[in-house]
Amino acid sequence: MTGDSGLLSPIIIGLLYGGLYAMIALGLSMVFGVMRLINLAHGDLVILGSYLSFTLWSYLGFDPIVSLILTIPVLFGLGFVIQQYLMRRAFAISAEAPLIIAFGISLILQNFNQIIWQPQSRGISTTYSMASFNIGPAQFPVSYLLDFVVALVVMLVLREFLRRTYMGRAITAASQDNKAAQLMGVNTRMIYGFAFAIAMISAAIAGTFLGMTFPFTPLSGTQFLIIAFGVVIIGGLGSLFGTFLGGLILGLVQTLAGYFFGAAAQMFFVYLAVLIVLAIRPQGLLGVKR
Amino acid sequence: MAQEALLKVNSIDVFHGSFQALWNISLEVRKGEMLALIGANTSGKSTLLDTISGLNHPAGGSIQFEGRNITNLDPYKIVDAGITQIPEGRRIFPDMSVLSNLIMGSYTPRARSKREENLKKVYRHFPILLKRKNQVAKTLSGGEQQMLVIGRGLMSEPKLMMIDEMSLGLAPIIINEIFRTLKEIRDTGLTIIFVEQNVRKSIQEADRAYILENGRVSLCGTSQELCEEEKVRKAYFGI
Repeated sequence: MTGDSGLLSPIIIGLLYGGLYAMIALGLSMVFGVMRLINLAHGDLVILGSYLSFTLWSYLGFDPIVSLILTIPVLFGLGFVIQQYLMRRAFAISAEAPLIIAFGISLILQNFNQIIWQPQSRGISTTYSMASFNIGPAQFPVSYLLDFVVALVVMLVLREFLRRTYMGRAITAASQDNKAAQLMGVNTRMIYGFAFAIAMISAAIAGTFLGMTFPFTPLSGTQFLIIAFGVVIIGGLGSLFGTFLGGLILGLVQTLAGYFFGAAAQMFFVYLAVLIVLAIRPQGLLGVKR
Repeated sequence: MAQEALLKVNSIDVFHGSFQALWNISLEVRKGEMLALIGANTSGKSTLLDTISGLNHPAGGSIQFEGRNITNLDPYKIVDAGITQIPEGRRIFPDMSVLSNLIMGSYTPRARSKREENLKKVYRHFPILLKRKNQVAKTLSGGEQQMLVIGRGLMSEPKLMMIDEMSLGLAPIIINEIFRTLKEIRDTGLTIIFVEQNVRKSIQEADRAYILENGRVSLCGTSQELCEEEKVRKAYFGI
């Protein structure tokens, strides 16, 4: 972000940030799309992924990308258990109960993070995350580019999974009509568990790359949850491509607002953009009207 | 047609909360039969189908399919056993393509291996679905959607197909076309139960029929017998 490159720098940085934001939001979007659950613990689950990668990197010397071999199964399992043993029962009680459970999980995770990893700010750095590349006169960290590319790959893999595999189609079918899905022979109880677990795979990946990009604390989950909400509202629920696009737009708004009005104004303009989309197109740019 | 029973429902009682929807219902379907379930709106026809499909479980009584007790099985196991239900109101997967809807029909492990073969069969029965295969399902007309859900049901490689109120909101000419196809399907060895409110049409199309009233079987018999039954003629044909 150095040199006098005019608008080029904030635009590139905005788009690259946007990739990371999209990656964080994918799991939130999927859980809402399939189970109609606003997972208030999503940000904290992403941060849990960051801490797990951080631990494997700092104590055991794992490269953070390699650490995914362990963090993905942990979050996958956690997601499955949360859905099967907490959310499913909560859904049987009322529509609000799962929301309260999610809030509870969020509080527990924040305190858990604080006990295990202390309240100070952490970050993951590697040789490649310190490196940079040039576009014209401007310099950008390689890690930002990595965020963007990985986000794109995660989004595309998830999309193809949902479209082309039996389990993916069953998840989509159950989200569109639960009874009809059951009549096709789908064990919908199981499928919801897997849907949550798969959303948590994307959370684990997002957590690792977040840790390489931004410093994080035990309470960072809330901050990133709010960003993820913004992404999903702009992009549209139920559309993974929309979520990706929403991430890019949110990133761009943030950096451009910072460029023109200063860092203090960044988030104001982000929320303004969210508000404008809500007013004009409440289902989001690529969302499906229900 | 006097063969062994494919499906046997033995005096089941079904409750929705504290409301009893079905009272001591017994029913038998024979292999290769086309059976009609007739009754007014709240007579319990859909509840009966949902109970056979395992979406509800009876408080008393039992259900046997091919001699096996399926009373308390989960819906996905019942589909795998060979019973498919085409639910009321069509219930396509609206945002999926026609082809994806059909593929969802072959979800059970048993049906997956026969997917391509069954797709061909469905396209042969409903050529319009082949033409529309890449279209998003919700853009189909009502009649085409009904064909899609029947085709989707066929993809599960069923032995028994239960169709709930398929003619609702469809033009008579399309209803006739679908009934013609159902007979073709039946002639390939499938057994069919269909639920209708239209008594005349049902008795005309079916081999046998059960008439439900307020959650109880009030009459049953072959189409011929029911046509001659005075009660039916009075109540439903007005003669």
